[in-house]
Amino acid sequence: MTAFAIVNARLLDPSSDHDGPGSVLVQDGRIAEVVRGTTHERPAGLQIIDAHGACLSPGLIDIRVKTGEPGAEPKETLKSASLSAAAGGVTTIVIQPDTDPAVDDPAMVDFIHRRGAALNLVNVYAAGAATQGRDGQRMAEIGLMHEAGALYFTDGDRVIANTRTLLRVMSYAGAFNALIACRPADPWLSEGAVATSGELSTRLGLSGAPAIAERIQLERDLALVEQTGARFLVDQISTEGALACLARARAKGLEVAASVSINHLCFNELDIGDYRTFYRLDPPLRAESDRQALIEAIRDGLIEAITSAHAPAPAEDKRRPFAEAAPGAVGLETLLPAALTLHHQDGLDLLDILRPLTSGPATLLGLDSGVLEPGAPADLMLFDPDAPVVIDASTLRSKSKNSPFDGRRLQGRVLSTWVGGRRVFES
Amino acid sequence: MSQNADLADRIKERLVPFPRRHFLSAGDLNPPATLALLDLADEFVAHNRATDERPTLDLMAGRTVVNLFFENSTRTSSSFEIAAKRLGADVVTMPVTASSVAKGETLIDTAVTLNAMKPDVLVIRHSASGAADLLSQKVGCAVVNAGDGRHEHPTQALLDLLSLRRAFDEVGGLTVAICGDIAHSRVARSNVALLSMMGARVRLIGPPTLVPGDADRWGCEVFHDMREGLDGCDVVMMLRLQLERMAGALVPSTREYFRFWGLDREKLAWANPGAKVMHPGPMNRGVEIDSDVADDLSVSLIQDQVEMGVAARMAVLASLSMRNEGVGR
Repeated sequence: MTAFAIVNARLLDPSSDHDGPGSVLVQDGRIAEVVRGTTHERPAGLQIIDAHGACLSPGLIDIRVKTGEPGAEPKETLKSASLSAAAGGVTTIVIQPDTDPAVDDPAMVDFIHRRGAALNLVNVYAAGAATQGRDGQRMAEIGLMHEAGALYFTDGDRVIANTRTLLRVMSYAGAFNALIACRPADPWLSEGAVATSGELSTRLGLSGAPAIAERIQLERDLALVEQTGARFLVDQISTEGALACLARARAKGLEVAASVSINHLCFNELDIGDYRTFYRLDPPLRAESDRQALIEAIRDGLIEAITSAHAPAPAEDKRRPFAEAAPGAVGLETLLPAALTLHHQDGLDLLDILRPLTSGPATLLGLDSGVLEPGAPADLMLFDPDAPVVIDASTLRSKSKNSPFDGRRLQGRVLSTWVGGRRVFES
Repeated sequence: MSQNADLADRIKERLVPFPRRHFLSAGDLNPPATLALLDLADEFVAHNRATDERPTLDLMAGRTVVNLFFENSTRTSSSFEIAAKRLGADVVTMPVTASSVAKGETLIDTAVTLNAMKPDVLVIRHSASGAADLLSQKVGCAVVNAGDGRHEHPTQALLDLLSLRRAFDEVGGLTVAICGDIAHSRVARSNVALLSMMGARVRLIGPPTLVPGDADRWGCEVFHDMREGLDGCDVVMMLRLQLERMAGALVPSTREYFRFWGLDREKLAWANPGAKVMHPGPMNRGVEIDSDVADDLSVSLIQDQVEMGVAARMAVLASLSMRNEGVGR
């Protein structure tokens, strides 16, 4: 494979807290050298890519991506999701197991990995189901799926309501040191809810679940973690109360990680005011105080991963009354500019935003990417953090166009994406 | 004939009274009594093997042994029945599931009824932990626990010990791995107690859902990984995985169980060279053990275990009878 150098870039490497000028030499699909500081030396015989001062960071790692392959291909395929990811600077995606059939055995894990690899676009990994058919009752083949390369285990949006089942899953997963992820949502309080209960949901006449539904379930999950010593990921934390709970568990020394969706960092419940179904999300949008608490948690490093929570839903599933519309939003392609609003509007440091999008999830999942270091895979993103963009959902590469950012003016544009040293996107 | 007469004499010489009135758990034994039982059992092995000119033993002549099996078990009840008959006892085997339980009689009612018939030994197998203990408090005869729930199966531990001593000469210092469903296994509990008492190092290996969380407090090392757990082991004792524990409740599937915890050649190679394989039976071939290993007589003690079962139970019954001779009932 050819070698090339990206020079005259602003290097952003969250794992080493480095933000400064430099260049990166890529050879055989891996980072061969990282030169920090301005240099006028141009290694001879190499293809040179001049970044003209744009930002170069590890490619984004998105640990929560849904597609419709297999089972609902009109919604999204691995190919359309991979193209979206590449255009969004996302070099690694972890596919959720809620396909049809579910990814609950090693053959399905292998299927996702092979199909993903054959596309030759971004790195595609599978998360395995924690229970068979995600039924919340019978434990899935966690060991065999782990061996087949599944990165973590989750029933996705479904809560494992049966505490005994979850206790056994967590306990069993310990034999493989496998990571278990759960959505914290009390299933009874959340039943039928499409919003967070409060003054707004009452006024809109929408069924709401109280914000404490999240904390209640998280307390249960954390007690199980304490009992079993499981490696655990709190999937899509979204409320202030749950964050406090997470912080207490960390202080006690529990090995608990957390992820947050980009939507909950960018929007609050007021956005559902016009009954726009693109804001119908699961978990539902929360109060502004919750959003502020999430931003603080990013700043404090309490959250390991920001996800796009990419959930494609075709128009026919979204063009319905709010409560009847499918929940979820696409987000792979808009992940970077959306995350940069935290920099431009909420004053977060670029490295603090990029960490839970690169090295944070890489460390959590045991990937060797997410860093600008010699030897790491050359999964890179070149971007302009300031370029103004207007999101037009109709131009998204995803097969479903359900973006809550449609029409929004954001800042930040992906210029180029490399995966394993191959350029998979160039604007 | 004189050789056989010698054998009968040696058996009488070796015969010592059982340390307790009942044999309910491995804890009823102590090291000297265990060694004496093993020595006696060795003589019974020789006796049992003399198939052509087996001398008639009258150690339990005139005694009545009642086999009270509330759980189906062909092998254990036959083993006890043969053992008692070889000692000259009269044996009644009662599959209780078919009789009184179906009519709603409680365990204690059954015990009191049987006690009135004045048996000398009651051998009981029951699905409830503590059933043998309860029965022993209500009857005048000796009670032998042939398996109570997930609590204990002490004669199995004794026969395992006998098989091991015959294979290795010395049990003290051996490292024995007990693998599989420790949580629900009475065989494991009895073996942990007896093997530890006799100086073996015991390890427990299995998925976390099948190994009790506090099993390390039994004085055993706990492993969830077969490679780590088998490293340095002289004996690999596999346990039966009850099929109802699979299919997602405690283990995802039989194929996953076999992949990670089923004993095959590859995994056996992680143990010490010359390591022996045991299984209390009946085996789930291809689930906890590969036929290739189970049927290889150079490594497998599984058939020995069945043979030793009769001898060990003869030793227990004979020794209990001696202990209880003349005890007023």
